[in-house]
Amino acid sequence: MIGKKKLWVQIIIIILLVIGTIWAGFPILWMILNSFKPNSEIFAWPPTWISENFSLDAYKAIFTNPEQVRFFINSYAISAIVVTVTLIIGILAAYAFSRFNFPGKGIINTIIVAVQAVPPITLLIPYMSLIVSLKLFNTYGALILTYMVFTLPYAILMLTGYFNTLPKDLDEAVMIDGGSRFKALWSVLVPPSVPGLVSVGMYTFMQAWNEYLFALALTKTNDMRTVPVGINLLMGQHAYEWNQMMAMSVLGSLPILFLFLFFQKYFIAGMTAGSVKN
Amino acid sequence: MTKGKKFITPYLYLLPTIILMCILLIVPIVMVIGYSFYDNVIINKNPVFVGLENYSKVLSDPVFFVAIKNTLFFVLISIVAHFLIGMLFAMLLNTRYLGVMTKGIFRVIYALPWMFTASVIAIVWRMMLNPNGVLNYLMTNMGLISEKVEWLASRDVALASVTLINIWSGYPFYMISILAGLQGISTDLYEASALDGANAVQTFFRITIPQLKPILISLLMLDFVWTLQQFALIWMTTGGGPVNATETISTYIYKQGFSKYQYSMASAGAVILLIVCTIIGIFYVRQQKAGD
Repeated sequence: MIGKKKLWVQIIIIILLVIGTIWAGFPILWMILNSFKPNSEIFAWPPTWISENFSLDAYKAIFTNPEQVRFFINSYAISAIVVTVTLIIGILAAYAFSRFNFPGKGIINTIIVAVQAVPPITLLIPYMSLIVSLKLFNTYGALILTYMVFTLPYAILMLTGYFNTLPKDLDEAVMIDGGSRFKALWSVLVPPSVPGLVSVGMYTFMQAWNEYLFALALTKTNDMRTVPVGINLLMGQHAYEWNQMMAMSVLGSLPILFLFLFFQKYFIAGMTAGSVKN
Repeated sequence: MTKGKKFITPYLYLLPTIILMCILLIVPIVMVIGYSFYDNVIINKNPVFVGLENYSKVLSDPVFFVAIKNTLFFVLISIVAHFLIGMLFAMLLNTRYLGVMTKGIFRVIYALPWMFTASVIAIVWRMMLNPNGVLNYLMTNMGLISEKVEWLASRDVALASVTLINIWSGYPFYMISILAGLQGISTDLYEASALDGANAVQTFFRITIPQLKPILISLLMLDFVWTLQQFALIWMTTGGGPVNATETISTYIYKQGFSKYQYSMASAGAVILLIVCTIIGIFYVRQQKAGD
């Protein structure tokens, strides 16, 4: 009787696993398959699965178009800078939260937690005049600074949690030996926090790489566009070159997929920090 | 070290954060609230104070009313589906019937939709949901539909289609978080429950759900706020159309501001959205603090 029940459970689990795989994986598979087809076959009826005219032409078209290569350079550069600056400023702020008690700590902390609820579109309207008056419109600076409004709070919260797990004796020992606070932070607190920094860095990279709204509204010329905006531009400009749009989608998704597949543990830690408390 | 220096030290470490948050968070919020009480802001150098006129215009705009209705549908269906699918997949990946390798592989596959940016998701689904696309082909072959459906271009189904895309792209966040929560539940609790003779359903409602409660509340609140603000996915699939059929609060605000240059109207809409999000945000902050 128990054996029979087990068998049933296993059959149901296998069916669910298959349905789940189709649901989650089919759109991605379809994107990849279509990036290797000629454009005329995208809406073939019946659809071709693996095209007889399999080709890398769509990828070649992306790589040989300087305008589209530029989207990638912009996205990599902006994301890398956002990650670096977020981590540096985040480490400094997390140190203050972890090691000091000071007037205003509660209010600043509340603001930082609450940022996650502020709609980006609400900030975008005043940014249109603010970013222009700071002379940052259509520059990397506009995107880097506005992205940090959302990446920095998350970094601070996670890193404060990390620093809190490290005993205060560690940094105090450095200061007793005549070292400065600043030295204690970088030589004693930062090295054991590397796993946390990696998680925060990846989450920050993902936020910056995927951002769309600010990139759409705060840049204007094609040489300043990022990948998410660029993919969508391809749609209007080139009269629906679907295979190229799919190739660009694959290329634009690779960095995040790479981070997820090879650093899964850190990636998941960064992703769940907002809801799961250990 | 003098007392004054010691007092100022934490603020020095926080200085870059405080400057950034003041200039790009506090000041803009004050500005947008200010804008909402003036006419023709940003474009006109000398806007006139009009009090609550922008609000009454927005709130009496039938399109805004449609946007609220659509947003409620979009948000409620999305978060319920995210929760159910995320929970189902998390439970599936947590059963003792699967090996560690198998679980690892399926966890990666099921988490995949979370890794794609909104413009990629939008474009891939536009291709699949095209009248000549693969979904119509498969459904015709299975006998589910008799003629090609215009998934994103028909007023009747566009909102449901966009919601489906959002469900696909958002459930992994629940799945991964719930999975982390499930792995944190002590096996003693399950053993005790088994000793009491509880069946699987009873154990689920008496042990699993109560143990996951803090995570679930955080997830639902975060997701509510995020889905409420969802702009990119809708903008790039339907742009709010056809004829306002998928207009949501975010696309409404964006169109007022960046297509019609009615920044005052956009600001009033944005402040209304901010108020709703702040209310949920307050509960979220309380929830997070209770956990500390």
